[in-house]
Amino acid sequence: MSILRLFSSRPAPAPASAPIARERLQILLAHERGSRGQPDLLMLLREEILAVVSRHVALDPEKVIVRMERGKTVSTLEVDIELPNELAPVLAATG
Amino acid sequence: MAKVLVVTSGKGGVGKTTSTAAMGAALAQSGKKVVVVDFDVGLRNLDLVMGAERRVVFDLINVVQGVAKLSQALIRDKRLEGLWLLPASQTKDKDALTDEGVGNVIAELRKTYDWILCDSPAGIERGATLAMRFADEALIVTNPEVSSVRDSDRIIGLLDSKTVKAENGERVEKHILITRYDPARAARGEMISIDDILEILATPLLGIIPESQDVLRASNVGSPVTLNNPASAPARAYLDATRRLLGETVPMLVPTERKGLMDLLRGRRAA
Repeated sequence: MSILRLFSSRPAPAPASAPIARERLQILLAHERGSRGQPDLLMLLREEILAVVSRHVALDPEKVIVRMERGKTVSTLEVDIELPNELAPVLAATG
Repeated sequence: MAKVLVVTSGKGGVGKTTSTAAMGAALAQSGKKVVVVDFDVGLRNLDLVMGAERRVVFDLINVVQGVAKLSQALIRDKRLEGLWLLPASQTKDKDALTDEGVGNVIAELRKTYDWILCDSPAGIERGATLAMRFADEALIVTNPEVSSVRDSDRIIGLLDSKTVKAENGERVEKHILITRYDPARAARGEMISIDDILEILATPLLGIIPESQDVLRASNVGSPVTLNNPASAPARAYLDATRRLLGETVPMLVPTERKGLMDLLRGRRAA
């Protein structure tokens, strides 16, 4: 038995992990780049929509929800505004 | 014309300060007039890596606040003609730095120096955005490792939006510097490849610095590695990167594993 055997007894090599690292990064960064700057845009949209609607209707700013969903091909903007029930007279007045 | 280069990364511990010192010294060695500016307020280390820690009297904040003149705060390197250091404050509050104050100091430095290297603190907070604010070019120091690449991507986003150049519709010229590259891990497929990093970050490569004891040895003795041991592998990589920064075409060498006696024996066994 050769003494060299002492130095060659290595465990079987683990599968390469570098490709996994690349794949995880690509997915993560595609997502992060897409959402970069998004909070600012939503904040802006929310404020302007709020300003337009409240010109005609008295509403609670807390009840305005603006949400953006990003899909692969299309993204959607969802605006949810809760109007108070005493709305009718205001609308009639500005009508 | 003066160039302002920010050395940045997002992630800490990747080698920003080491790279600032090494490239600053290399630029000065090639005859440029260089100042390295430490922006890491409260955690300054560039003075230590440059071996000037006992010569700091005034700092960047003193200058910004008008307590000291710029010429009083600048420390001249004792080994290299044309290399200067502007240290950060170790005690002051980092909020003492303002956009305007830093802008004035940079404008003043532009009159005298060819290269102004801004050593950024880690993170994406005020200190980091101030360090990049007035940059013409950026050196993004990246380790071949997922968290570092992700943070570099974030920093690239900031360079493209929060700098004066970006706000004026111009571009900060960006370069990737890969540090702590480990050829043995690369050979085993355990390290994200250079090509993958460059593809993901979509930014050109300036150099690849191998992981090396020489870097540690240089900072132990307070000397930039390019000065301390210019023949060492990391120093040669930094010197090549510096030549590319100056516009020269230098072939890119990917560090390879140096075979020791044991490796050779193993290799023969396996064959």
